[in-house]
Amino acid sequence: MIKKDLSIDFLGVHFENPFCLSSSPVGNNYEMCKKAFETGWGGIVFKTLPPTHFKIDEVSPRFDALTKEATPFVGFKNMEQLSEWSLEQNLIDIKRLKTEFPEKVLIASIMGENDEDWEELARLVTEAGADMIEMNLSCPQMTAHTMGSDVGTNAELCKRDCIAVKKGTHLPVLAKMTPNITDMVPIVRACLEGGADGISAINTIKSICNVDLDRKVGLPIINGKSSISGYSGKAVKPVALRFIQQMRSAEGLENLPISGIGGIETWSDAAEFILLGSSTLQVTTGIMQYGYRIVEDMKNGLMHYMDEQGVDRLSDLVGLANQNIIPCEELDRDYKVFPAIDEDKCIGCGRCYISCFDGAHQAMEWNSETRKPHCDTDKCVGCHLCALVCPVKAISKGEVVLKPGRAGRAEDKIVK
Amino acid sequence: MIKKYDQEIEQAYNAITVMEEAQRCLLCLDAPCSKACPAGTDPAKFIRSVRFMNYKGAAETIRENNALGSICARVCPTEKYCQLGCSRCGIDKPIDIGGIQRFVTDFEQSIDMDILEKGEANGKKIAIIGSGPAGLQAAASLLSLGYAVDIFEKSAKAGGYLKYGIPEYRLPDYIVDYEIKRIEKLGASIKLNMEVGKDVSMDELKSSYDAVLVAIGASEAKMLPMFEGSPIVETAVSFLARAKENMGKIDLEQNVLVIGGGDVAMDVVTTLKLLGVKNVTDVVYEEFCEFLASKKELEGAQSVGVTIIDGYVPEKLDGNTVVFKHRHIDSELKITVDKIILAVGQKVSDNALGLNIVKNEVDFDGYHVDGSNVFVAGDIAHGDKTVVWAVKKGKEAAQDIHNFLGGKAL
Repeated sequence: MIKKDLSIDFLGVHFENPFCLSSSPVGNNYEMCKKAFETGWGGIVFKTLPPTHFKIDEVSPRFDALTKEATPFVGFKNMEQLSEWSLEQNLIDIKRLKTEFPEKVLIASIMGENDEDWEELARLVTEAGADMIEMNLSCPQMTAHTMGSDVGTNAELCKRDCIAVKKGTHLPVLAKMTPNITDMVPIVRACLEGGADGISAINTIKSICNVDLDRKVGLPIINGKSSISGYSGKAVKPVALRFIQQMRSAEGLENLPISGIGGIETWSDAAEFILLGSSTLQVTTGIMQYGYRIVEDMKNGLMHYMDEQGVDRLSDLVGLANQNIIPCEELDRDYKVFPAIDEDKCIGCGRCYISCFDGAHQAMEWNSETRKPHCDTDKCVGCHLCALVCPVKAISKGEVVLKPGRAGRAEDKIVK
Repeated sequence: MIKKYDQEIEQAYNAITVMEEAQRCLLCLDAPCSKACPAGTDPAKFIRSVRFMNYKGAAETIRENNALGSICARVCPTEKYCQLGCSRCGIDKPIDIGGIQRFVTDFEQSIDMDILEKGEANGKKIAIIGSGPAGLQAAASLLSLGYAVDIFEKSAKAGGYLKYGIPEYRLPDYIVDYEIKRIEKLGASIKLNMEVGKDVSMDELKSSYDAVLVAIGASEAKMLPMFEGSPIVETAVSFLARAKENMGKIDLEQNVLVIGGGDVAMDVVTTLKLLGVKNVTDVVYEEFCEFLASKKELEGAQSVGVTIIDGYVPEKLDGNTVVFKHRHIDSELKITVDKIILAVGQKVSDNALGLNIVKNEVDFDGYHVDGSNVFVAGDIAHGDKTVVWAVKKGKEAAQDIHNFLGGKAL
């Protein structure tokens, strides 16, 4: 079996591999974290510790999932808030985990309601032996508007909370961002000004997953009612990657230390987050659906990827894709690529024709005798919707042509 | 789809369809499939790897456990092992574990992954007699433990029954060759046309090697007395070898009777049909409720149009006519044909090796011949006679040799 060094240093802390549990139901007590470490996770962001004056009182049931056709958990909705255990017990657990797993990274997630809370929690988790602190500025389902994502969209409050945390600790501090905002960058800048060392992104997206058609209420139903709450899982990956890219492409934030979160289930998801600038990765929904064991294939697959890329240090991959994502006004609009249809692969279903007619430019022709499509290049704009809907991948990138009057050479264009 | 002898009957998965099948897997706790493989394969783990886009990891899981992974993927009667307890049966039908394994090992081959590693040389050398599945697996296991391995094969080609017995449409020749090449690449030296007891003596092997593993298999076909000497009778072993060596290009009669109901009989009847024989009739001693062949093999034979008659025993041969009697009811059956192929079992052909063979097996449990440096594996060792069992026995015998020579447990 392949053996590659997956370790990475992040904010001065050594991770044996970049895979961490995110602060959530999956890292809620000593037994869970112990099993996660033993299964091979490199780090854990322990479920968020609230201040003692804030009482956690959860609803039942508290989850829902979006499905598409037969695929469960396309996205996942969660109404749980912060740790329901006593602060005392959580600190004992953190201490015990660090004692028993000194080589693993334990990140304490905290959330305060005021400066004193933040400072005090930071001090307590530092004393308990945590390696790092993550400030939860982003939980979208808090029962107090002075906590969670309502704070995380306010740059001034974020900065103030960071200052308070830094008063209570010498540890590196991550600020965890909410995606329920148009632009994350001002919040990031405020957090860095307040003393945060790096960013975790993204927390969950405010959502309603499904509506019960008889009761006319969102799911899950809690005594006949429901609420907006955080959405996660594979469906949010594109949103997470977008925010991470935007942060890394903001002026002065090109090397922003990021712990990437949002729908990571496979090694390839992980690699995408790394290539867009994440040094470590956090996972919850995948674990809730499949268990801690998913880290085995993430680690093994990432090792094989490093091997294929000829890379010996994971850090050499961080952010490699950032430079290739540019504003859309800067993209090359001088050419188009026609679809190439592999007639041997084509099974004659006609889906390309349907989508091209109804969703694109009516360029696909259909021979009802032979049941084969043919592209009319006079009409085709090269959008490749046909390739996306083809169930047998019979359509690929074909001939490249320059638009009329454009300079350059078609053969120089990088299209795949 | 037209089925042909020289094309695999089972359609291979592609990247899309394998994911559809892997997605059916429930990824269950304490997976029954992983407890059911005689060779110790862990389907739950490699299917999970496929599900999570890690084909290479899946290949490692299969290959590190089984040097003949791509062969087992094709020929293992999975419905008796890993698929038997599949939790998915609680919904509809079991996961096609063999098919997924084939996808993964084909992928492994397509990128020429080298997963097995040779162990650090320990200066000891082992002779293996027979290059069938047990001998090949034992060779791979011993090589990974650091032994030098010489394989003595009496035939002109390596692979034993894999090479000469299993038809091309179930197990293509290139797959067998590829698997053997891997084991040679690990360091095995295969000496062809070397019959122990004739070209080299057993005593010579015993004295010049640290241990000798006898994995000769049961390569000789059984004959029923009433059929002896008949010009129209051929054994399944002979027929299958002839078909495979000539890639199906052999002369065939148009009315053929096959006697036997095991997997070998199914291979014979299906081969006959795929080669264009018009009338293929199989008469079987067992009734369908106690059928010996795997369900897949039986269904395969039926799907190509073989007539199968169950519960009859041959009574006499009169020229080209065989008379059968039913085992339980008063019924006689007369079949006149141009050709008869007997698939009624195989036996151990050679005992110039000093082993006491009783009913085609050694007369002791385990693999070690007491008081000697001789070991056995494959069909002559106690246990089932399938390829997956040959792999199990090859692994276990290799471990016993290692223990005998003072090595540590794997």
